[in-house]
Amino acid sequence: MFPENYKYTKDHEWVAVDGDVGTVGITDYAQKELGDIVFVELPEVGQELKSGETLGNIESVKAVSELFSPVTGTVVQINTALEDQAEMVNQDPHGAGWIVKIRLAQPEELGELMDAAAYGRLVG
Amino acid sequence: MDTKKTPVHEAHVKAGARMVPFAGYSMPVQYTGIVDEHMAVRTRAGLFDVSHMGEFFVEGPGALDYLQHLTCNNVAQLEVGRAHYTGLMLPNGAFVDDMLIYRLGDNRYLAVVNAANLDKDRNWFMEHTRGFDVQVEDLSAAYGQLALQGPQASAILKELTAADLAALRYYSFVETEVDGTRCIVSRTGYTGEDGYELYAPAKATAGLWDAVLGAGAPFGLVPAGLGARDTLRLEASMALYGNDIDDTTTALEAGLGWIVKMKKGDFIGRDSLARQRKEGLTRRLIGFEMEERAIARQGYPIVAGDRQIGTVTSGTFAPFLEKSIGMAYLPAGLCEPGTRFEVEIRNRTAPAVVVPTPFYKRG
Repeated sequence: MFPENYKYTKDHEWVAVDGDVGTVGITDYAQKELGDIVFVELPEVGQELKSGETLGNIESVKAVSELFSPVTGTVVQINTALEDQAEMVNQDPHGAGWIVKIRLAQPEELGELMDAAAYGRLVG
Repeated sequence: MDTKKTPVHEAHVKAGARMVPFAGYSMPVQYTGIVDEHMAVRTRAGLFDVSHMGEFFVEGPGALDYLQHLTCNNVAQLEVGRAHYTGLMLPNGAFVDDMLIYRLGDNRYLAVVNAANLDKDRNWFMEHTRGFDVQVEDLSAAYGQLALQGPQASAILKELTAADLAALRYYSFVETEVDGTRCIVSRTGYTGEDGYELYAPAKATAGLWDAVLGAGAPFGLVPAGLGARDTLRLEASMALYGNDIDDTTTALEAGLGWIVKMKKGDFIGRDSLARQRKEGLTRRLIGFEMEERAIARQGYPIVAGDRQIGTVTSGTFAPFLEKSIGMAYLPAGLCEPGTRFEVEIRNRTAPAVVVPTPFYKRG
């Protein structure tokens, strides 16, 4: 259910690493908890983020929820498709519903994140 | 305090509903999703378990005078078989609660109150019986309540009752059998759609829930939770006690002048309301729309320049209208449709505009 090759945070975000870029999204567990997502407030390309810093907000019908950057680095791409189709985060949270791509400044941080099995236990 | 369960609790859990604590009860906030359930009610039908609502029976030769004293609407004009929306009033013209009153018989009435205010309302009712030949009985625990709402509601209910639903006007009710269970069936609701509210003995409510869902399945009926109930009532600009009205907001400020009947004689709050009507309002509850992609939620400050001029009382993304809407009290003079202001949302402000209400009116 949670992709094996992703890393996970206790805030229910995932990072998929390709070279020095990490793609970040929220987990299937998180999207279910949030319910119908209507807006995603994205950061700007070029923005520098520290691990744990706010990178945006997700508005569901029910509530607003802050997104925290799971890694330190620079935003290199944002998923602009979410501006018109925020519901993609509900429909495909681990794929097309990705949120940002961040160039990793401190790849060693990834070692502190959970693997799929550990995350599965956290939300199980 | 222990969380109470409605008679339908088991069915909600079995259906996979997400249960949340609300007004002392464990209540379903959603089954499949707020947007799905909201759209089902607007286009087909939804069934809500609202058994948490309170039911007070008021009876006796003094029942009419008593209710006239406590509430702002004119109970004398209520015929047997009719219900009306009214306010349980404080001396300052604000609300102890808002509620429906049903006239069951010549000297017998049913008041349906908000679950969150049940204890406060019961005390208020009991404290004011002195001088009236009346008995008030809180039968909230003995009654369950289901709300069947949506354009298909009549077709669905017809499958289960012999009552002449076509003859049942808006805000009328009958005491009849639905699937063999004796119920009060009223053509009322809190969604802006056609529909019915069914009051049944608590013991029979779970069976009634299953029967209505079963009969409604071919019509696309789905169970709907408190999440959709809130977005539906807000699209229809119906006030929610605790958000849009409370013990500090008068009926006139809330735009509920139509339930304030000055000519009926004296009642609690009348002097304050008469004075306010004469002197003019300093603020009014308005509806607004966000002009960009943002949701203004309850409690967010409303600003004009660097001055706070109000606070959002209710706000959401409206699934049917597909825009962000809300309500707020604004100073008189800033209440006209087209008036622009800003809502503070976290570390920024977002533009909004006053619009006419209701936001949604069924066609």
